[in-house]
Amino acid sequence: MDIDTLIQVLDSSLRFATPLLLACLAGLYSERAGIFDIGLEGKMLAAAFLSAAVAYTSGSAWVGLLAGVGVAMGLALLHGVASITFRGNQLISGVAINFLAAGLSVVVAQSWFAQGSRTPQLAGAARFENLNLPFAEQLADVPLLGPLYSDLLSGHTIIVYLALLAVPATWWLLFRTRFGLRLRAVGENPAAVDTAGISVIRLRFSAVLICGILCGIAGAYLSTSLQAGFTKDMTAGRGFIALAALIFAKWRPWHALYTCLLFGFLQALALRPDLIENTLGFKVQVQLLDALPYILTVIILAGFVGKAIPPRAGGEPYVKER
Amino acid sequence: MEKMPKWADVILIPMISLILAAIISAFVIMAIGENPLIALQKMVDGAFGNTQNIGYTLYYTTNFIFTGLAVSVAFHARMFNIGGEGQALVGGLGVAIVCLYIPWPHWSLALLGASLGAAMFGAMWAAIPAYLQARRGSHIVITTIMFNFIAASLLNYMLVGPLKPLGSMEPASAPFPEATHLPNFQEMFNPIWQIFAGEEAKAIFLRSPANITFFLAVIACFVVWALIWRTRLGYQLRSYGLSETAAKYAGISPFKIIMIAMLISGGLSGLMAVNQAQGDAERLVLNAVEGAGFIGIAVALMGRSHPFGVFLAALLFGALYQGGAELAFWTSIPREMIVVIQALVILFTGALDNMVRMPLERLFIAKNRKQEG
Repeated sequence: MDIDTLIQVLDSSLRFATPLLLACLAGLYSERAGIFDIGLEGKMLAAAFLSAAVAYTSGSAWVGLLAGVGVAMGLALLHGVASITFRGNQLISGVAINFLAAGLSVVVAQSWFAQGSRTPQLAGAARFENLNLPFAEQLADVPLLGPLYSDLLSGHTIIVYLALLAVPATWWLLFRTRFGLRLRAVGENPAAVDTAGISVIRLRFSAVLICGILCGIAGAYLSTSLQAGFTKDMTAGRGFIALAALIFAKWRPWHALYTCLLFGFLQALALRPDLIENTLGFKVQVQLLDALPYILTVIILAGFVGKAIPPRAGGEPYVKER
Repeated sequence: MEKMPKWADVILIPMISLILAAIISAFVIMAIGENPLIALQKMVDGAFGNTQNIGYTLYYTTNFIFTGLAVSVAFHARMFNIGGEGQALVGGLGVAIVCLYIPWPHWSLALLGASLGAAMFGAMWAAIPAYLQARRGSHIVITTIMFNFIAASLLNYMLVGPLKPLGSMEPASAPFPEATHLPNFQEMFNPIWQIFAGEEAKAIFLRSPANITFFLAVIACFVVWALIWRTRLGYQLRSYGLSETAAKYAGISPFKIIMIAMLISGGLSGLMAVNQAQGDAERLVLNAVEGAGFIGIAVALMGRSHPFGVFLAALLFGALYQGGAELAFWTSIPREMIVVIQALVILFTGALDNMVRMPLERLFIAKNRKQEG
């Protein structure tokens, strides 16, 4: 594999990793606060649809993004009401949200645009445009570093940079602020937080809503940056890969970045089976590459390579003692 | 102790949840500019309007009975088997291998063999997450989700690779041999019907995929009922589900219970493939399960994990599924509307159960107090 091809593959890895990373961080907030969320997929899908639909109608990708974030937050609120207020089963609520989004996005798309289950192609300002980082053109000719900077790092949409920035921001928020300390505590020992006179319910709701915002951005990225419009089931299991990445990263922000880049790389490779064959000299089944993130996660879950210990109060509704 | 009467728990609450789901579905249908009453009529017609439609409804019902029972058995041991989808996919692999590579003399033996193959493959696919939960403490929900995706990749590989017949372009196995053909409802009931209605009478269950596997599903309901409520194992399963610590003190091995519950659960999911692959398609195709594994969750929740409830809920979802297909045919409401209805059923009967239950409980307690006072 020559350097140009490598950079090309890495470039698409970054593109694929972005929605994973956003969804993974979304899950991170929620699960650190003790709310399991297998509805990441659904929130992303709903956001992907609505942001494409609104971007097309309004002609502005930013308005679309806002709408996507809005619908994802709405679903997050539903998850919160079910699992925090009514102490319902968080897993079942997540399953329901996934189905709700899968069904509604198609039903509404059909009645809105009458083009089957898709939105019209987005063009112009309805899509996020690629940004060129400063000096990208001037540095392009510098050996090695030049292509790395101007081809790999530069030339993505703003959401990619936003996602990358979200990693240190999340780390800072969770580990360097009072809010973060409390949020993590509420996922480990909600009773202690409650005893300290801090509202468990409010903390958990804010975590779930942050999760909604990030899922919304992830969904908007899919339909207004990565592709030009919404198609049925376009998240294609990314919510679950993000969940896998979250476990792989053991609920830590920086590790989430590395894991998502790795999983993005696997997705990029799955599209170029010819490259693997040329490099390794033998044929690797595409299906194996597709399944690899899941297989790796099962191995991590099994504790064969370091143990993944979830937040202790995860999945349990908090009942104040009377 | 003040409690709700049992009928309220098993009938009233699911009914209210169902009505809430129906009301919101009606709003969705109205929002996209269609009449919910006409939609309902089309759906009922589509599900039960003639024997062919009933045949389709019962075909889907059969699928959902198996996956619903699968989720129920795991629920009794307080495990959430979300992997029905993958287990049914791998069960299909079992059916295909049994049907393609063993020369069966008669369909009845083929049915037995395929059922065994399906159940064993499904159980095997559930065994790994079960073992990981029991021995290594990995969360069963997450591992079974992962196994759904791994199963999808595996099937993908098998159907474009080893199982695909030479020269075929389609991602599907070779057609199963003639001898494995299961009697469908038309072949089973038409001769009887003609005795009563005369030779020239219009055939019943014409071209519908319902087949003898439906009765296998009904038998499975009885077997699961007997297992859960009439055997020592079922008792242990339920006790473990109610209280793990109490069960441990009573000498029940959690490892054994987790493994057995999940093996049965996976086996039942796998059996769904008999209906789909052997009964209808007569070969293994891509995406054969079509979400039935997930619908099993809704069915189990609606049916309160009781085989009889599962049967009724599966019938309801079978009718929804078939009615939804007809709905898409006759109106501009897409087929995915049934996914929305299904989601709302899961939401209200599962996640928002307390929303209905808490006020009702208060109501009953107030009523009891009044009677006592």
